[in-house]
Amino acid sequence: MTTFLGMPATAPRGVGNLRGDQTFPEAAHDALGNDQMRRNLRHATTTIRGKSGKVIGELPDWQRLRDAGSAIKADVMARLPFLLEQLEQNVTAAGGIVHWAADANEANAIVTRLVKETGSDRVIKVKSMATQEIGLNEALEEAGIAPVETDLAELIVQLGHDKPSHILVPAIHRNRSEIREIFLREMPGVDPALTDDPPVLAAAARRYLRETFLSTTVAVSGANFAIADTGTLAVVESEGNGRMCLTLPDTLITVMGIEKVLPTWQDLEVFLQLLPRASTGERMNPYTTMWTGVTPGDGPQNFHLILLDNGRSAVLADEAGRSALHCIRCSACLNVCPVYERTGGHAYGSVYPGPIGAILSPQLTGIEDNASLPYASSLCGACFDACPVKIDIPSILVHLRNEVPHPRGERAAMKAAARIMDRPRLYASAQRAAKLARIAGRRGRGLPPPLTGWTASRDLPEMPSQTFRDWWAAR
Amino acid sequence: MSASRELILSRVRAALRDALVVPEVPRDYRPAGRPVDLDVLVDRLVDYKATVHRIREDEIASTVEGLVSGAVLVPSGLPQEWRPAGALVDDGLAPDRIAAAAAVLTAAAVAVAETGTIVLDASPDQGRRIITLLPDVHIIVLRPEQVVAAVPDAVARLDARRPLTWISGPSATSDIELNRVEGVHGPRNLHVLLLG
Repeated sequence: MTTFLGMPATAPRGVGNLRGDQTFPEAAHDALGNDQMRRNLRHATTTIRGKSGKVIGELPDWQRLRDAGSAIKADVMARLPFLLEQLEQNVTAAGGIVHWAADANEANAIVTRLVKETGSDRVIKVKSMATQEIGLNEALEEAGIAPVETDLAELIVQLGHDKPSHILVPAIHRNRSEIREIFLREMPGVDPALTDDPPVLAAAARRYLRETFLSTTVAVSGANFAIADTGTLAVVESEGNGRMCLTLPDTLITVMGIEKVLPTWQDLEVFLQLLPRASTGERMNPYTTMWTGVTPGDGPQNFHLILLDNGRSAVLADEAGRSALHCIRCSACLNVCPVYERTGGHAYGSVYPGPIGAILSPQLTGIEDNASLPYASSLCGACFDACPVKIDIPSILVHLRNEVPHPRGERAAMKAAARIMDRPRLYASAQRAAKLARIAGRRGRGLPPPLTGWTASRDLPEMPSQTFRDWWAAR
Repeated sequence: MSASRELILSRVRAALRDALVVPEVPRDYRPAGRPVDLDVLVDRLVDYKATVHRIREDEIASTVEGLVSGAVLVPSGLPQEWRPAGALVDDGLAPDRIAAAAAVLTAAAVAVAETGTIVLDASPDQGRRIITLLPDVHIIVLRPEQVVAAVPDAVARLDARRPLTWISGPSATSDIELNRVEGVHGPRNLHVLLLG
């Protein structure tokens, strides 16, 4: 027997959707030119903030629930190996089969193999961040299997040949008239008299997917929670497409990040109060399905659970950054973020946008592959206040900024500055030199190469005519 | 397969080398056991577009008959006296026959007043999950003693080993401009017969 001495590993390159083609400032620059998207986002995030604030205000113990949620998640991280083994044991005892996937490639290969074993060339999918993260749809298509997204927003994205831009509402960048146009163009058999009334659009999706639900024998889902002490999985949703996928097919394949496990059944009482109110701003989402292994005569008779690492162990290894794994994917931090509201989700280049994405994506991939994301924030702290499990996103952003490899010129300048500031006489003469530079050069135009990068997004302060030291000496 | 299991577990153990302290979880939020207010349940159900009928047990069949014309599907364990005339009993019906029913009538396991949620646990009077999913109208009979105050009470009452469906209003979506729209894939009409 070989002994595996695994060291925490980041998510591999060349697969999945954690890395963008552009840096955040480049992508944000393009996104800011899209007035329609900014109007759609402002409308949507304003709506959700209002709804969420109202139902959170109904709970006198909201802060105590946040404290409990935060502590439960910290406990999960501390005992993760034990909890995963306990979960595996209980799922297996209830008739499920547990697989372990070290990275995206392995998870995609397992799902593809399991689907092929059923003989089906199509799967119905419940919206899942984990399967988007690993690029499962692309892998299935390559293997000749058609993945059908059944969540309304995911369907809009899939039919529009588009990318998701929000964790909860992937088509948040589209308004009703754009959605109508996509349906008219791409939805087979759609009524040409379709209006842009949201109930009419929802009804069109219902008709379009009904036959697919009834005729597809394999479903792929993610999981919101997995309970270690019972082996129970939970999927929280709104439309009923989740119930369809989790109930109708013969085979269910669930892909779940290893951090999603919760220790006890009782812990659900905390998270089922936190998640809907923080997420869609509802007292409770319309549907939640919970299942434990296989129930004879009810629902899928073959259940596979895939436990996914794909960089999570690397996040866990960073003591200052690991609480990013506490995230329950509610997207409250996106909805309150002044940066997200203006740039939209695509600018982040990852399936995880917004403040949580700015700390999670760089840690999953390794900081060098997402080096601009820790700067995609004004550090205003609204995300920390909104987070139902109290992830201190601003502190992790600052921590990650320190990890980012800085250009050589900038590093040299900072080192020189530190040296000068440590030595009063050198500092005084540097200030005099800076004064001379003010007389000699143009001001407010940024620094000369190799330091131009530093002032590309920062204003160089105007030099006062007199230094404090000069003023002090003269008074 | 088992190689990746050992790999992932050893990675996680290595990541936790700084020996995390297992924190105490503060559970000073409102516990289970608060008094139940049925009016809160009704208010929350109506707010999420369910229709509530407060009736006596002997009025169930006639109420259902007044709500739907067409076949009403019932699980095999539903009390006989609740069934409307000509009820279609699920004895392993094919999906297309379930989908063709005008409505489905079931009991429930638990209801949560504070959130307007009704939970089904696939007991014989509720049936397998598919029968409450495909018909466009779902009618649920709820006894007052099944109603609890809040989520912690419901979690304590439910059996995790049963397949559970938590229902809060009819099928809905917030995917178009984040406004709640009722009626996507699940039943578009939810009627609650609250016995009194």
